[in-house]
Amino acid sequence: MKYYDKLIFELSKEGRCGYSLPSNGWDASLTELPAGLARAKEPALPQVSEPDVVRHYTNLSQMNFGVDSGFYPLGSCTMKYNPKINEEISAHPGFAGLHPLQPASTVQGALRLYRDLSHALSAITGMAEFTLNPFAGAHGELTGLMVIRRYHMSRGDSRRTRIIVPDSAHGTNPASAAVCGLEIVVVKSKENGLVDVDDLRPLLDDTIAGIMMTNPNTLGLFEKDIKEIAALVHECGGLLYYDGANMNPLMGVVRPGDMGFDVMHLNLHKTFSTPHGGGGPGAGPVGVAAHLVQHLPAPKVMEAEDGSLYVAGDDGQACGRISGFMGNFGVLLRAYTYILMIGRQNIRMVGPLSVLGANYVKESLRDCFRLPVPTVCKHEFVFDGLLDQSTGVTTLDVAKRLLDYGFHAPTIYFPLLFHQAIMIEPTETESKETLDCFINMMRHIAAEALSDPDTLKTAPHTTPVRRLDETTAARQPVLRYHSETSF
Amino acid sequence: MAFAYFPHTEDDIRQMLDRIGVDSLEDLYSDVPQDVIYRKEYDLPDAMSELEARRYFEGLASQNRKMLCLCGLGAYDHYSPAVIPSIISRSEFLTAYTPYQPEVSQGTLRYIFEYQSMIAELTGMDCTNASMYDGATAAAEAMMMAMAATKKKTRVLLSEGLLPQVLEVVKTYAKFNGVELGFVPCIDGVTSYGALVAELAAGDVAGVLVPGINRYGIIEDMTGFADAVHAQKGLLMVYSDPSSLAVIKTPGEWGADVVCGDSQSLGVPLCFGGPYVGFLTCTKELVRKLPGRIVGETKDVDGKRAYVLTLQAREQHIRREKATSNICSNQSLMALYVTVYLSLMGSKGLRDVNELSYGAAHYLHDSLLATGLFEKAFDKPFLKEFTLKPLVPVADLQEALHAEGIFGAVEVEPGLVNFCATEKIRKEDIEYVVSVIKKFKA
Repeated sequence: MKYYDKLIFELSKEGRCGYSLPSNGWDASLTELPAGLARAKEPALPQVSEPDVVRHYTNLSQMNFGVDSGFYPLGSCTMKYNPKINEEISAHPGFAGLHPLQPASTVQGALRLYRDLSHALSAITGMAEFTLNPFAGAHGELTGLMVIRRYHMSRGDSRRTRIIVPDSAHGTNPASAAVCGLEIVVVKSKENGLVDVDDLRPLLDDTIAGIMMTNPNTLGLFEKDIKEIAALVHECGGLLYYDGANMNPLMGVVRPGDMGFDVMHLNLHKTFSTPHGGGGPGAGPVGVAAHLVQHLPAPKVMEAEDGSLYVAGDDGQACGRISGFMGNFGVLLRAYTYILMIGRQNIRMVGPLSVLGANYVKESLRDCFRLPVPTVCKHEFVFDGLLDQSTGVTTLDVAKRLLDYGFHAPTIYFPLLFHQAIMIEPTETESKETLDCFINMMRHIAAEALSDPDTLKTAPHTTPVRRLDETTAARQPVLRYHSETSF
Repeated sequence: MAFAYFPHTEDDIRQMLDRIGVDSLEDLYSDVPQDVIYRKEYDLPDAMSELEARRYFEGLASQNRKMLCLCGLGAYDHYSPAVIPSIISRSEFLTAYTPYQPEVSQGTLRYIFEYQSMIAELTGMDCTNASMYDGATAAAEAMMMAMAATKKKTRVLLSEGLLPQVLEVVKTYAKFNGVELGFVPCIDGVTSYGALVAELAAGDVAGVLVPGINRYGIIEDMTGFADAVHAQKGLLMVYSDPSSLAVIKTPGEWGADVVCGDSQSLGVPLCFGGPYVGFLTCTKELVRKLPGRIVGETKDVDGKRAYVLTLQAREQHIRREKATSNICSNQSLMALYVTVYLSLMGSKGLRDVNELSYGAAHYLHDSLLATGLFEKAFDKPFLKEFTLKPLVPVADLQEALHAEGIFGAVEVEPGLVNFCATEKIRKEDIEYVVSVIKKFKA
C-alpha cells in the first residue's frame, strides 16, 4: 500500500468534464423556473475527466484493506470470504433495473426471491416467518423490539416498557432499545462470562417487555443456561430477543427458535457472506415465532391462492413501516445466492469450521496472551492483552503492529468487561496455513513486546499513514473540503 | 466433502483438533445443551454449482419485466455511468469493513470525506454524516435530532406533502420513540404556510419537516418558513432530492437547519428499492447531535494529511443507550456510488441531467394533457415529476399502460397519478406512450 494524497477536488480544472449525455432537443428549459426557486450559485463540484476519476479512486482503493487483501480477524464482524458469483447475480439487469413500485405482476421473480429467502432463513433459524425489510443489524434490532412492543400493546399490556440487556451486549442493543422507547435494565455476567441467572431472577416482573441475548455472547461463549433463562422470561410474560450478530458458529448446528427465542435478526453481511462494503450496505432480516407474525412491519410479500405473489400494506396489526421500500434487495440477492451455493449439505460445516478455527488460534496463543475464560469458545474468543505486560505494551500496540505484518487487526477494547480486550474471529473460510501464519506473527509480536517495546508503541511503520491525531480531529472538526478558490 | 469456500482438508481438520485437544468437531459443541442441537435435515435446496445457480437466477430474472419507467415517487431512473460499477467492484472497497483501523482504511475514509463535502455543497449545509440507510429512515433520524437538539419540546410537524413512504416511516419511529406528531396539510398542491403558522402557534414544536419537492412533484416555495419556525425556537428540516439541488434553491438558502433525503438519484440503480443511500446534513451548531459515522481530517505522527472516524463520543459503541442514535453502520459503498457519480458529472453534468429531465417531463406533461384523457391537478412549477388527474378510472389506465410495457400513472392519492421523466426518456418514448393512450381512449 502506498500513500496517495489527493482529494478529487484537487484534480479539478475549469473546463474539464467526465460525462457524456444525449444532446438536448427539448423545447422546455429550466430558465422557465421562477427566479425565487432557482439556485443562486452553482455547486462547487469537481471538474475532472473520466481517466482522472478512474485513476483517483483506484489509487484510493490501494490504501484500503479488505477480506480479499488478507486475513481480517475482526471479532463479532464475521469477515468471511465474499463469493464473486453473488456480485454478478445482484448486478443482473433483470433485477437491478426494477422500480420498487412496479406492479406485482411484472416483478414476480423479485417477489419470489424475497419469499424464498425468508423461507430459507426460517429453515435455518427455526423461526416461523421473516421480514427482509430492515437494512442492517441495528435496524433489525430496532424492528424486532418494535414487534415486541406492538405485541404487548396488542394485549393491552402497556406496563411492559423495560428491557433486560446483559452487560456484555453489543452497544447497539441498549441504543436500539432506547430509540424504541424502552428503559434498559442491565443484567450482570458471572466470572465465567455467562449471564448470571441469580442476578436475572429478581429483575423479572410485569414491567419487563423482554430480554436481548447474544448467543454465543460477545466473549464467544455459549450461554448454557439459555433454556432456563427462556423459561424464566416467558413465565414473567416477557419475550426473548436473539441478536444474530454471532449466528455464524450455530449455522448448521443450532436454531435460535429451538432455544426459545421469540424474535431475532440476522446480519446477512456477516453470516451470509454479503460484502461489508466499507461499512454497508448490509441487511438485518427479522424472524419471529408464530404468535408474532402479524406484527412484522409492512410492506409484506404475500402469496395469493393461485400461487402468485403480491405486496400487502399495513392491516393495522403490523408494528408499522420501517423502510422506504422493501429492504436492501441487492443484498438479499447475494445472500440467497450464497444459500443456494452452500445448500443443505454444506451448511452443516459452516458453524463447526468457524468454531474449529477460533479454538485452534486460541489454543495456539494462550501461552502468550491472557485468556480470562479458559474454556471451549465458539466462533470467536477474547484475550485480555499480553500475558507479560511488564514493558507497557498495550492491546492497541499489538493491533497496530499486526498492520505492519499484513493482517487486519482484531476487534480491540470490546467487550468492555476487560481492559485490554482483543477479540479474534477467524471464520470458516480461512485455511490452516493462514491461521498458522497469523499465530506465528502474534507470537513474534509477543516476543517483540519484550525485546523491542518501542517499535510496538510507535507501530504501524509500513502503512500509508501512521498513527493519527484523533484528539485534534474531534476538538477542531474538519468535516468537508474547503478551497479558497472554489468555496 | 470438499467445497469451494472451505479451505480445510481432512488432514487439516485432524491436526487442528489435535492442537485443541478434542477428538471431533462435535466435541467443540460440548457446552451446548444436547437437546437444542438440530439433528434433522435442513429444509433447504441441494447445493448448486455456480453454473446451476446462474441458470436458476436467469430463470428468476425472466419472471420480471423491464418496463419503460415513467414513475418517480422516491426512486428515479437516472443514467448511471459505466465507471461506477468498475470502481465499486474493486474488492479493496467492496470487502472492507467500517474503517476502524484508519492506517489501512484511508481509501474508504477519503471517499467518505469527499462524499460529505459534496453533499454539504449540494444542500448548502455545513456538516454531513457518512450516510444513512435510505431517505425515509434519514427523515426519522432528523426527527429524533430535532427532539434531542431542542430538549423538553414534545412535538414535530410533518408536511403532508412528504412522500407517503417517508411519512409512514417517520410515524413508526415517532410512535415508539414517544414523539408527538402534528401535520401541516397541503393546499393547492403545496405545504400551507398558514397552516404551518397555526400549528407552530400551538407551541412545543421541536422541528418541522418539509419536502423540497413534494409528493406531487411541485417545487415548494418556502418563503417565510425558516423565520416562522425559528421564531418558535424550532428547527427547519427539509427532505430533498439531491439531484435537483444542482438547479433549485437549496435548503441552505431557505434557512434550513437539517436536511435529509435519499441520494439514489445520484447514480444508484433502482434495484427494486435498495440498497439506496440516505443522507443527513446540518448546520455546524448541530454537529454533535448528528447521528451515524462522521469522517474528519487530521494528520498522522509524520504530519501527513489523513482521515479518521471522528466525534465518536456521540455513538452507540461508546454511549450505549445515551447515544444520539442506534445507527452503527452506514451505506458506505453506496456513498461511493454517489461520490464517483458526482465526480464524473460535476455541476455542469448535473445541470444537464436536470435540463434533459425537465425538458422530457414537460413534453410528457403537455402530450398527456393533449390526449384529452387528463386534467391538470395543480398549476405549479415542477422539475421531473408531476401529478395529473385522469378522467378515466385509474385502474383501467394503469392496466392499459402495463399491457404495453409502460410503468407510470401510479396513484399518489385517490384520483391523482404521478408521472416522471429523466434524461433516459426520448421523444419516441413519449410518442409511444401517447399512441398507447390514444388507442386506449378509442
